[in-house]
Amino acid sequence: MKILAYLETLDGALKKTAFETITAAQTLAKQSGGSVVGLVIGSADTTQAGVYGLADCLVAKHAHLEKQSTSAFAETIAQAAKAENADVVILPASSTGKEIAPRLAVKLEAGLAPDTVAHEIAGGDLVATRPVYAGKARLKVKITTAKKVVTIRPNVFTAKKADAAATVANRDFAPNLSDSHVKATVTSVSRNTGKLDVAEADIIVSGGRGLKGPENFHLVESLAGTLGAAVGASRAVVDAGWRPHGEQVGQTGKTVSPTLYIAAGISGAIQHLAGMSSSKVIVAINKDKDAPIFQIADYGIVGDAFEVLPKLTEKVKSVVHR
Amino acid sequence: MQTKYFASCEILCLHSIFFCNFVFSTVYISTTETTLHYYLFHTFSGEPFSMNILVGLSQVPDTTTKIVIGADSKAIDSKGVKYIMNPYDEFALEEALRLKEKNGGTVTAVTVGGDTAKDVLRTALALQVDKAIFIKSDSADSFVIASNLAAVAQESKPDVILFGRQSIDYDSFQVAPMVAELLDLPSVTMTSKLEINGTSLTAERDIEGGKETVSASLPAVISAQKGLNEPRYPKLPDIMKAKSKPIEERAATATAARTEVVGMELPAAKGKGKIFGDSDGDISELVKLLHEEAKVI
Ligand SMILES: Cc1cc2nc3c(=O)[nH]c(=O)nc-3n(C[C@H](O)[C@H](O)[C@H](O)COP(=O)(O)OP(=O)(O)OC[C@H]3O[C@@H](n4cnc5c(N)ncnc54)[C@H](O)[C@@H]3O)c2cc1C
Ligand SMILES: Cc1cc2nc3c(=O)[nH]c(=O)nc-3n(C[C@H](O)[C@H](O)[C@H](O)COP(=O)(O)OP(=O)(O)OC[C@H]3O[C@@H](n4cnc5c(N)ncnc54)[C@H](O)[C@@H]3O)c2cc1C
Repeated sequence: MKILAYLETLDGALKKTAFETITAAQTLAKQSGGSVVGLVIGSADTTQAGVYGLADCLVAKHAHLEKQSTSAFAETIAQAAKAENADVVILPASSTGKEIAPRLAVKLEAGLAPDTVAHEIAGGDLVATRPVYAGKARLKVKITTAKKVVTIRPNVFTAKKADAAATVANRDFAPNLSDSHVKATVTSVSRNTGKLDVAEADIIVSGGRGLKGPENFHLVESLAGTLGAAVGASRAVVDAGWRPHGEQVGQTGKTVSPTLYIAAGISGAIQHLAGMSSSKVIVAINKDKDAPIFQIADYGIVGDAFEVLPKLTEKVKSVVHR
Repeated sequence: MQTKYFASCEILCLHSIFFCNFVFSTVYISTTETTLHYYLFHTFSGEPFSMNILVGLSQVPDTTTKIVIGADSKAIDSKGVKYIMNPYDEFALEEALRLKEKNGGTVTAVTVGGDTAKDVLRTALALQVDKAIFIKSDSADSFVIASNLAAVAQESKPDVILFGRQSIDYDSFQVAPMVAELLDLPSVTMTSKLEINGTSLTAERDIEGGKETVSASLPAVISAQKGLNEPRYPKLPDIMKAKSKPIEERAATATAARTEVVGMELPAAKGKGKIFGDSDGDISELVKLLHEEAKVI
């Protein structure tokens, strides 16, 4: 299968999801006997993609792409997929990827498997696995159309460096776009400066109602700071106004899958687990040994978060040299 | 090629008591390759206009449902499952009702699903939507669902089409952008703030590490994120009255599915975790394991 990997960029650099997308695309190409071509939109340094084995990359440029309109992005990717005769297009299931992919699928008359965590080729068909019911079950979906679109859940496909780095050959791609392709446009972006977002972080330290009040979250923040982690929160503390909504993890918050998730003073309600149960390693700190969070924890400490968090921060400092 | 449709609000405006005040203006000209479409719009000097709003509602298992895989290993066992309106759709419905209250107009709720899914339309009727449309289909394919919803929009030509951010059963996040693409309209997903002025909209949407502000013109497709508003609850007398309100049933479009479910399984159970006490020795041991065994710090 010929696979087109859409590589996301930020401020002229490839995002971490881009390397994960390359890895997922290469794994699929290997299984199906095919090749991978990358696609970036706008100017970006693609050198780093070579480290992950990408040798061929389209660089799409057009004035209409400057307004970050997802409809124009979808049209560009569709045109690239047609030009390259791609069988599969892979995108990250990021906030933009999730908006582009359904449009792209309609344009290519392709079936779409969203937010996938594994792929296999079975009898020539692409079968994707994805969490459903907030991670309480896994669904295997076969895409039954000739052209296929797949989005991948961030942090799941660990980016793998190639044995020998490739030199990326960039090819200019000029999409044919008109005003009508530019629909909704991004007029401004505000970033939470200096703060890591839970959706992108490798490590998350979350706090819940067990912390008793917003004034005690410095305990969570200093452990997070030591680990270079993002701060997360349960809905109980977000609803109480202790923490901003952007930090909420769970069914009505963000779905995260970091390599390490530390939950302090969080009971582990099903709706919270829905957002973090696919984390690689889960550590729970709770004074109630019967708290449900311990059922999915890889490691747990039964104890008072007010005592455990400062000690843990100190011990972690001696291990990580940041 | 999809044809861009005319807003039907002019008819409502004509019946309005502000009849003599309206300013007739052409605010939108779309130049697609094949045709020129004129989107005519009336604005009252200082007065709100009337809005035709469509909202898609899906029915999902309650968030606390214990998932048991069905006998066919392709879906959940629905025995004993309590179904509710998709939580994100409550925000979409609330926004629809507020837009109507502000601008006048009509709210139509539409659901695609099996017979039990009609319950969400009853809730919508209790919350005073003007019309409820039910399309019977047992399809699990998002494209089929989106095509059916787009067909309704094609006919009623709404100014604003609202959905939830995602259906919490299959969490696909597909329907809103698919409907927008099928209708050749702008879409804004995960909207946490929405402002509509005349025919232009400004929305705030959540992105990784922040928010972005997006602008577009109507008609448009919006999907609602938590925080967009605070949904109201239906009142008991309205729930009673809703029972006898009509629900229009329509046949599903003949759309072929593009995906097929081949299996469903429970996630691999985790082995028992290693649980420690809170002594210094315990915490040192944990840090050592995270560093040497799990290799995550
Ligand atoms: C539709 C719906 C959607 C929802 N979405 C979400 C969501 O997205 N995210 C989410 O998180 N929740 C969500 N919830 C809410 C969820 O059901 C729980 O109410 C919430 O997760 C509880 O938060 P908590 O664990 O912080 O608080 P609690 O459940 O009150 O737990 C506090 C825990 O702290 C422990 N504790 C107390 N003191 C200490 C101490 N000194 N040291 C250590 N431990 C201590 C207690 O033993 C307890 O286990 C949702 C609910 C519904 C109905
Ligand atoms: C394996 C499987 C089995 C299923 N079984 C059933 C079943 O037995 N009975 C049944 O009724 N459905 C069933 N469904 C359909 C399911 O409930 C959803 O309606 C459908 O899958 C679309 O969900 P989505 O995750 O793509 O929606 P998303 O794209 O995540 O939804 C976004 C928004 O679109 C709107 N929307 C989504 N679906 C609908 C809808 N159906 N009607 C109106 N608006 C909608 C809502 O506003 C929603 O918030 C099944 C789906 C699958 C995959």
